[in-house]
Amino acid sequence: MAVSFRLRVDMIACDGRGLCADLLPERIRLDDWGYPMIDPTSVSGPVLEHARRAVAACPVLALKLDAIKGS
Amino acid sequence: MIAHELPSSPARSTGPALPRLLSAFDEQSGGATRLITHRRTYPPPPAPRRHPAESYIAAIEKAGLRGRGGAGFPTGRKLRSVSEGQGRRVVVVNGSEGEPASGKDQLLLTRAPHLILDGALLAATAIGGREVFVGVERGKVDALRAIHHAIAERVHAREPMVPVRVVELPARYLSGEESALVHLINGGEAKPTLTPPRPYQRGVGGGPTLIDNVETLCHLAQIVQWGPVWFRDQGTVDEPGTMLLTLSGAVGRRGVCEIPIGMSLATILASSRPKAGGISAVLLGGYYGTWLSAADARVATMDNATLRRMGSGLGCGAIIALPSGACGLSETARVLTWLAGQTAGQCGPCVHGLAAIAGGMRDLAAGTASLRTLESLHRWGDQVEGRGACSFPDGAVRLLRSALKVFDNDVAHHVSHGPCVAAAHPPVLPIPAVEVASWR
Repeated sequence: MAVSFRLRVDMIACDGRGLCADLLPERIRLDDWGYPMIDPTSVSGPVLEHARRAVAACPVLALKLDAIKGS
Repeated sequence: MIAHELPSSPARSTGPALPRLLSAFDEQSGGATRLITHRRTYPPPPAPRRHPAESYIAAIEKAGLRGRGGAGFPTGRKLRSVSEGQGRRVVVVNGSEGEPASGKDQLLLTRAPHLILDGALLAATAIGGREVFVGVERGKVDALRAIHHAIAERVHAREPMVPVRVVELPARYLSGEESALVHLINGGEAKPTLTPPRPYQRGVGGGPTLIDNVETLCHLAQIVQWGPVWFRDQGTVDEPGTMLLTLSGAVGRRGVCEIPIGMSLATILASSRPKAGGISAVLLGGYYGTWLSAADARVATMDNATLRRMGSGLGCGAIIALPSGACGLSETARVLTWLAGQTAGQCGPCVHGLAAIAGGMRDLAAGTASLRTLESLHRWGDQVEGRGACSFPDGAVRLLRSALKVFDNDVAHHVSHGPCVAAAHPPVLPIPAVEVASWR
């Protein structure tokens, strides 16, 4: 059973620094006010490494990567 | 021995036909129904136990009761989830009625506090709850006085009950949001928190918490008393029972009434003496609700199955009839401006998005908006929807979209010719005075 991941943002913690969109343009765009809009599709393969980096770079720990059960 | 048995014999299945909830009011005194009067109809809830009472949960499930606070979630399912949770289980009565166009919950608190308390204590018995909290907005003096007095009457009468505490809520729209309510009771500010965990999983004191609207609990008490079959005598198969409405706007008879769910909206409006000149649209569900065109209002029935097809819903049961001389865009702009000010200020898309939407809507109402403004309004709606920690911004987006759709002719007129004549009409929708209420 493969494990895949999904990005999630804690919008209360997020203050729109925008680093995540720079590091992961494949999955994250910014809205008109600079807050991240997350592509809800699962993350795997080469994008996963970029996703991990984006999560690690978030200065307020608002970006999260949740493991989801895949088949 | 039979404390958990329901009064299911046919002889006792003879509850009131219509009205149901309003029949619990003491018409002679005009004030809160006293305990001694209330007990002539309703027996005291059984002594609380530590374990959930399956028969109560099964009865509510069979009755098909849905929450009357706005979301319409099946109450039986919620009872079951909380009863299956681990930890100290708690009941929270949500008496926060932050919706400016709704008055039914405050009316119930003021006139039928014992029906609410019975419902809350029966719900506590159902889930094995150890404590009841009753949240009432600070400043709702009559409601607070009635509920405090009702609790004192029970203590004086030595009725067995788990501890019941009244919690005063800040006068803000978001005080009634479930996670905000829990956060406040736990000692924090009345601001929504990140979910999951949801309150039914981890709520007050970290234990599974049942949060129900006051009207929902009144229905629950009546179902326990008269049974699910009686309850289903009114309403539709999917949405059984009655519901309270709060009517206002271009009608002569304003205030709270009780209807069977599924009743024709045209009948309701006709019997509330519509003002001469007619109604141009109807706002259903208050400021967390949606506009319904006059054409849809003529054929709508008051049930979610029908209203959802029209892009609307029952919500909390607030109905505002917009008089023909008023401008729906100007009214919506005022409401969205107020809603934007009710944000908890926590999530960027809500803070900035609702302010932008309100500003764009004001421009549109004033006739200074361009086609680009209109494009922005649609884009901002898409960008804000689903992006708050709670669903508060989603409600504002829903209201915006329904306004742009229902008043599409006015939108075109305002953009190309400036404001319509009706934009000068005196305000119809009530906006609470902006208060500097704290979050505690």
